[in-house]
Amino acid sequence: MIEKSVRELSADLHARRVSSEELTRHFLSRIARHDGRLNSFITVCEEQALAAAREADIRLAEGRAGPLTGIPYAHKDIFCTEGIRTSCASRMLDNFIAPYDATVTEKLRQAGAVMLGKTNMDEFAMGSSNETSYYGPVRNPWDTERVPGGSSGGSAAAVAARLTPLATGTDTGGSIRQPAALTGITGIKPTYGRVSRWGMIAFASSLDQGGAMARSAEDAAYLLAAMAGFDPRDSTCADRPVDDYVAHLEDDLGGLRIGLPKEYFTGDLDARVGACIEAAVKVLEGLGVVFRDIHLPHAHLAVPAYYVVAPAECSSNLSRYDGVRFGYRCENPRDLEDLYKRTRGEGFGAEVKRRIMIGTYALSAGYYDAYYLKAQQVRRLIAADFRNAFEEVDLILGPTTPAPAFRLGEKVDDPVTMYLSDVYTIAVNLAGLPGLSAPCGFIDGLPVGMQLIGNYFEEARLLNVAHRYQQETDWHRRRPPGFD
Amino acid sequence: MEWEAVIGLEIHAQLATKSKIFSGASTAYGAPPNTQACAVDLGLPGVLPVLNREAVRMAVKFGLATNAKINLRSVFARKNYFYPDLPKGYQISQYELPIVYDGWLDIDLEDGRTKRIGITRAHLEEDAGKSLHEDFEDMTGIDLNRAGTPLLEIVSEPDLRSPQEAVAYMKKLHALVRYLGICDGNMQEGSFRCDANVSVRRKGEHRFGTRTEIKNVNSFRFVERALRYEIERQIEVLESGGAVVQETRLYDAARDETRSMRTKEEANDYRYFPDPDLLPLVLDEAFVEEVRRSLPELPDAKRRRFMDEYGLPAYDAGVLTASRELADYYEAVAAACGEPKLAANWVMGEFSAYLNRDGLEVPGAPVPPEALGRLLTRIQDGTISGKIAKEVFEAMWDGEGDPDAIIERRGLKQITDTAAIEAMIREVMAANPKQVEQYRAGKEKLLGFFVGQVMKASKGKANPAEVNRLLKRLLQED
Repeated sequence: MIEKSVRELSADLHARRVSSEELTRHFLSRIARHDGRLNSFITVCEEQALAAAREADIRLAEGRAGPLTGIPYAHKDIFCTEGIRTSCASRMLDNFIAPYDATVTEKLRQAGAVMLGKTNMDEFAMGSSNETSYYGPVRNPWDTERVPGGSSGGSAAAVAARLTPLATGTDTGGSIRQPAALTGITGIKPTYGRVSRWGMIAFASSLDQGGAMARSAEDAAYLLAAMAGFDPRDSTCADRPVDDYVAHLEDDLGGLRIGLPKEYFTGDLDARVGACIEAAVKVLEGLGVVFRDIHLPHAHLAVPAYYVVAPAECSSNLSRYDGVRFGYRCENPRDLEDLYKRTRGEGFGAEVKRRIMIGTYALSAGYYDAYYLKAQQVRRLIAADFRNAFEEVDLILGPTTPAPAFRLGEKVDDPVTMYLSDVYTIAVNLAGLPGLSAPCGFIDGLPVGMQLIGNYFEEARLLNVAHRYQQETDWHRRRPPGFD
Repeated sequence: MEWEAVIGLEIHAQLATKSKIFSGASTAYGAPPNTQACAVDLGLPGVLPVLNREAVRMAVKFGLATNAKINLRSVFARKNYFYPDLPKGYQISQYELPIVYDGWLDIDLEDGRTKRIGITRAHLEEDAGKSLHEDFEDMTGIDLNRAGTPLLEIVSEPDLRSPQEAVAYMKKLHALVRYLGICDGNMQEGSFRCDANVSVRRKGEHRFGTRTEIKNVNSFRFVERALRYEIERQIEVLESGGAVVQETRLYDAARDETRSMRTKEEANDYRYFPDPDLLPLVLDEAFVEEVRRSLPELPDAKRRRFMDEYGLPAYDAGVLTASRELADYYEAVAAACGEPKLAANWVMGEFSAYLNRDGLEVPGAPVPPEALGRLLTRIQDGTISGKIAKEVFEAMWDGEGDPDAIIERRGLKQITDTAAIEAMIREVMAANPKQVEQYRAGKEKLLGFFVGQVMKASKGKANPAEVNRLLKRLLQED
């Protein structure tokens, strides 16, 4: 059951060969059995999941079911879920029971998907290793001494360990693609504006984007199709129809032009990762894809620009956590200033505080032009690089991360090194483009991911290429040892 | 040494939309605390703002009515600061690119001259909630009903030179926003609030002095008093060799003084930056034109028309067009009686006096304009005198109904019957032989005495013109 694709599970559910309740119990029991080693869930919603499964079974029986009806999924704890704690992995929201559903939560419920629980993540999605969570780090199922990546590390680990067929994620600088790469699964961050941000707790509003995480591109296509679409409650959401991702999965790749950015294959890249990408190029060439080298001349500016823009927005977005209306409040505040200082001092972890301080500094009078405004200019240059590239090629391919999963604690005291693990993914967010990571090999038993970058709203193309690649390879079918 | 004040006003006009500027919650005033604050207004995690198009339309209306330019692309920015009644820790406002800029308004000075006051900009923003310090001992209550209410902040150029000019400008704006129907102008409920920037300099000096900002002065009278106090204070400081400190001051109406609230050094760095949750607000010419076509007749145009069409003096036209309601009322009265000047005298006189006495607004007046028009018709056609009309008007105000019914019921119809008046005159002459003799001897100013006696005898109902005419003849005759 755990190796079946969403399409196969859905067929079984529709044919009544299995009930959603059975399927849900099965995954709940896997969570109970295995998650002690991974810590991928913050909250497991057994009761609600079984109720939703029974409801799905009724819909299936009455013929009111879609492809996701009755299929379990895990929800990143950044999406608001009415009546269920939505913590963002922060002490600040440890007591926060959301009074409303995120649009994504609502859409998945309408699709009949069954939420198993809320997954662990870096605090407020700030981190690349899942070590900043108030609920403790998530471990990589391929080696529990290593990180699963972040910030959607809980979702990635849970999918990789087959604790759930599907999981949601969010991606501000690589938070879907990087953990997908480090855990050997498939993750897609769609175009900015494709998935509603309503009810998705903000880190950096102009970069945050929800997306899908699954074992295969095909499964991800089903999940993303249910999440995507216009939402009038999000002013930055794109008002345009959603392509039929599933229908395009089998499209022929003959003559497709894919660019390989010179700047992504330099000395910073682990040569063994480079070799995996080269092998993937060969597979795709066999499918008729034509490769050529391209240039993204401002690629080296992506990380510095990002670490101005994202902290600047976060410093403002996180101001609402002040102990006045909801969330954590310090004990016995003496006065207003004490309330603010201790609530925020005690409620936020170190990485969140670091970014709030960087962002506050970058927006301060006298520094705004030198930092924030300059970073926005760089952002436009980076977007222009991609625009130029897409005049020559249809897609871009490169590594998702410079190296496979690192050890827990290895980079936690060196933020800049940690930030560089997102060196290939960040530019995609700055430009607002869609990006996908799919497994393309192993190094010493650790998964390696390749990243596909498309032009705006080219999600269907990304999923199509990844799916055709996955028909030729079995990297995505490998299961971490010890999670039978 | 002569001093000159330099004043600029920042007016916050609460826009009269049904729902808030970035959420669907109601803007109605006076609901129990926190009952009109939805998830967006509370700044819950994950919520997002969606701009209210009606607020945009109102801002554009204001811009067009003040001869201003409309930015076809304006940007919402976040103004970051911590305060308990500011739920998100930032206020969504407009900073570098406001929706309205570079307009003007003409005000009338006391000496009859007109002065043009520049409007630097007007931008859209959301209001904060309210901190309630009175009702909670050692604690502060937070009411977020007002959070997210749309405001138009209207910033004038430092063109005002006296407290009187400032008040004239403020009143003009107040009338304008109500004309446009974009603000109810209720100052007690805080729908129209004023911050004043003021500095002084020696007459003839071109540079500005150091200014202070007086926060939240919420009546015309207080603006005038606060400015007068602050100007005096600054002059005293300078004349005694001191320097004005740039700071924010609070006006204490009870003590009639301003007090320092915070100095420039203590001021917040608001760290403005474009709000990434909202796209730039892009308008097209067609929309602006559509709004332009929907504009009502504006006060200045209406005033000119009242002068041309009704032949009213400038002063009367100004008083009658001070509010749209009063102007509409006047026009209805004038139409009903066909006598624009008589209508003007009555609307500015009795009608306004009764409104004032009872603290009522035009729409709440108990006498509809058509009824007042009928009353004035009765003066015109000689049924009653102007004096009697005042008695009838009072009865109408007290709810006694139609003027004709009141005249009938109270027997107030004017006596125009020559024989009846003659009879009364003869009685008066008979009772006052000495005065008759004196009149005939040339003391003609005694005529007034006889008129008074006859009117008294008729209980005011005799037609005064007729009484005059007959008296002169009869006194002469015998």
